Amino acid sequence: MANVFSSIGEWVSDRAPNLAPTYRKHMTEYYAPKNFNLWYYFGSLALLVLVNQIVTGIFLTMNYDPSAAGAFDSVQYIMRDVEWGWLIRYMHTTGASLFFVVIYLHMFRGIMYGSYKKPRELVWLLGMLIFLVLMAEAFMGYVLPWGNMSFWGAKVIVSLFGTIPVIGGTLVEWIMGDFLPADATLNRFFALHVIALPLVLLLLVVLHLAALHEVGSNNPDGVEIKKGPKGNRWDALKPADGIPFHPYYTVKDLVGVGLFLAIAAFIIFFQPTLGGWFLEHDNSIAANNLVTPTQIKPVWYFTAFYAIVRMIPSALGTAVWGVLGMFGSIALLFLLPWIDAGKVKSVRYRGTGYKVALTMFVLAFLGLVMIGTDYTDVLFPKLFGSDIDITAWDNAFGRVMTLIYFGFFVFLWLYTHLGWEKTKPVPERVTTHD
Amino acid sequence: MANEVVDPGRRRFLTATTAVVGGVGVVAAVVPFIKSWEPSARAKAAGAPVTQSLKKIEPGQQLIVAWRSLPVFIVNRSPSQLAALPKQDPRLVDPGSNGTSSDQQPKYAQNATRSIKPEWLVMVGICTHLGCVPDYVGEMKAEPFDPNWQGGYYCPCHHSRYDMAGRVYQGVPAPKNMVIPPYHFIDDTTVQIGVDPQGAA
Repeated sequence: MANVFSSIGEWVSDRAPNLAPTYRKHMTEYYAPKNFNLWYYFGSLALLVLVNQIVTGIFLTMNYDPSAAGAFDSVQYIMRDVEWGWLIRYMHTTGASLFFVVIYLHMFRGIMYGSYKKPRELVWLLGMLIFLVLMAEAFMGYVLPWGNMSFWGAKVIVSLFGTIPVIGGTLVEWIMGDFLPADATLNRFFALHVIALPLVLLLLVVLHLAALHEVGSNNPDGVEIKKGPKGNRWDALKPADGIPFHPYYTVKDLVGVGLFLAIAAFIIFFQPTLGGWFLEHDNSIAANNLVTPTQIKPVWYFTAFYAIVRMIPSALGTAVWGVLGMFGSIALLFLLPWIDAGKVKSVRYRGTGYKVALTMFVLAFLGLVMIGTDYTDVLFPKLFGSDIDITAWDNAFGRVMTLIYFGFFVFLWLYTHLGWEKTKPVPERVTTHD
Repeated sequence: MANEVVDPGRRRFLTATTAVVGGVGVVAAVVPFIKSWEPSARAKAAGAPVTQSLKKIEPGQQLIVAWRSLPVFIVNRSPSQLAALPKQDPRLVDPGSNGTSSDQQPKYAQNATRSIKPEWLVMVGICTHLGCVPDYVGEMKAEPFDPNWQGGYYCPCHHSRYDMAGRVYQGVPAPKNMVIPPYHFIDDTTVQIGVDPQGAA
C-alpha cells in the first residue's frame, strides 16, 4: 500500500516538480518570528470564517430565490422548512459579523505593531482592498433577505453615489437598474454576492498571503528577523528568531480556532441575533417601499462610518460632504504607510504621543460605533437626565469623535514628518529569543 | 530571406496599433455589459399618473399613495400648522425654495406653502439626503429631537428634519427641500399626481 502512495507521489512530482517546494516555501520552511502573541490569531481566523462563509453560502443558494417576489419567503422557508436550514443560515449571519470582528482586530494589530510599514506596504494595501471588497460583499448579502431593513439599507447605500454632482442621479439608477431597489437590484446583488465578489476576495487573499511571504511576517517587537542573526534548528541560513509556520504556528492557530468556534457556537445556538446586533429585528418584516423602519441603522460593523455620514451636515446645497467624509475615513487607512513616516514599527518602542493618539483613535472609533448604533440615545439620558436635547448631544459628541478620528491621521503625519517623535531604542532581536 | 533584418520601428508600430485596435474592441465589448445595468424597458414603463380622492383626509392627517413606486405624501394641513410655516423661515436652509432648492418643485408650487392650495401639501416623501421616507410628526409639541418642534418630518435614517412644507432645517445632513411632484386638482376633492395643471407646463 505504501508503495502505491509513493509511486503516485512520484508520478505527480515528475509532472509538477514545483509542487513540493511551493508547499515547503509557504508552510514548513516559512520562518515566522517566534514571538507571535494573541493578536496573531486573527489572520488565520479570518481565513477560517471565509471558508465558513463560502461553504454555508453555497448551501444557502440551493434554497434561496433571488427575486423581489420570492426572496423574503425563501429565507423564511430556509429558516422553518429546510432541514437544518436555520443552522446553515445562522452560521452564515454570525460568520458575517464575526468576520468583521476578526478583521477589525487584525487591522488594529497591523496598526499597533506597524505591520503596514516598509517593506510591507503592499501587504497592507492588499489587506485594505480585502476590507473594501468585504464591505461590499457584506452590504449586498445584507440586502438579499429582502426584509424592510434590507430594502432601505440598499436604498441608502446606493443613494450615497447619488450625492456625486452631475452624474449622481444617473449613477444611482444604473446601480439599481430601476428607480428604486427592485427585482433587478436584487438579482444583480445576488450575482455579485455569490460569485463576482467572492472570486475577487479569494484572489486578493492569495495575493495578500503571497505578498506577506515575500517579505516575511512582522512581530510584536517590530524587528526584522531577516536582518538579525542567521541559523536556527532547521536551517543554518534562515533567521535565528524564526520558527517554521508548520507545525509550530498551525498548531498554535488551532488553539485559537477551538476557542473561536466555541464562542461562535454559543452565539449560533443561544443568541443568533445577539439582541439585534448581528441580525436586526426589523428585517423580519418584508420589504416595503412606502415605509422606512422607524429605527433604521446599519449592522454594527458599518456604524462607525455611518455615524460620520450622519455627523457632517450638508453645505452649498449638497450632501456630498458626509459621503466624502465616510470614504475619506477609509481612504486615509489606505494611505497609512505614507502618512506615518516613523521608522520604529511597534507601539512598544514608539513615542508617548503615538500611544496616546492610537488610544484616542480606537476610542473615537468605538464612540462612532455608539453613535451609529443609537446606543448614545439610551446612554446620554441616563447620564445627563431625560430632559436633554438628544440630537444636540449626539451631534456634539459625534462631531468630536469624527474630528479625533481624522485628527489621528493629521497628528501622525505632523508627529513623524516633523520629527516630534521621541522613540525608545529598538532591540536587536525579538525580546523573547532563547 | 528578405526580412531577416529586424526593423524595431516597424515592430513597435505594429505592436502599438494591435494594442490600440484590441483595446477599442475590448471597450466596445464592455458597453453592452455596462448598459445591461440600466433600468429595463419594463422598469421605465411603470410610471402612470395616480388619482386620489381627498374627501376622507381630516385636517392634520396624512395619506401616502404610491406614484412610480415612490411614496407621495398628501397632507391636509391644519390652520395652526399653516400658521407655523412662516415662523420657521429663520431656521431653514432655503425657506423661499428659490436658492439651492429652486429645482425641487414645479413653478406653480414655488411659494410660501409649496403647494397649489395652501392647505393641501402634495410631496414626494423621499428624504433629499439618501432617499429614506421621513416620518410624519404633525403634532406641535416638544420632541426628543427638537424641544421647539412645530410639526413636520423627521427622517429615521440620518435624523434630517423638515417643516410642514417639506422645507429642510439647517444643520442636518439633507441639503434640499423635499420634491413636489407635478400634480393638479381634477375637482375640489380629487387630485391627480404626475400631471401638471393645464397651461402650467
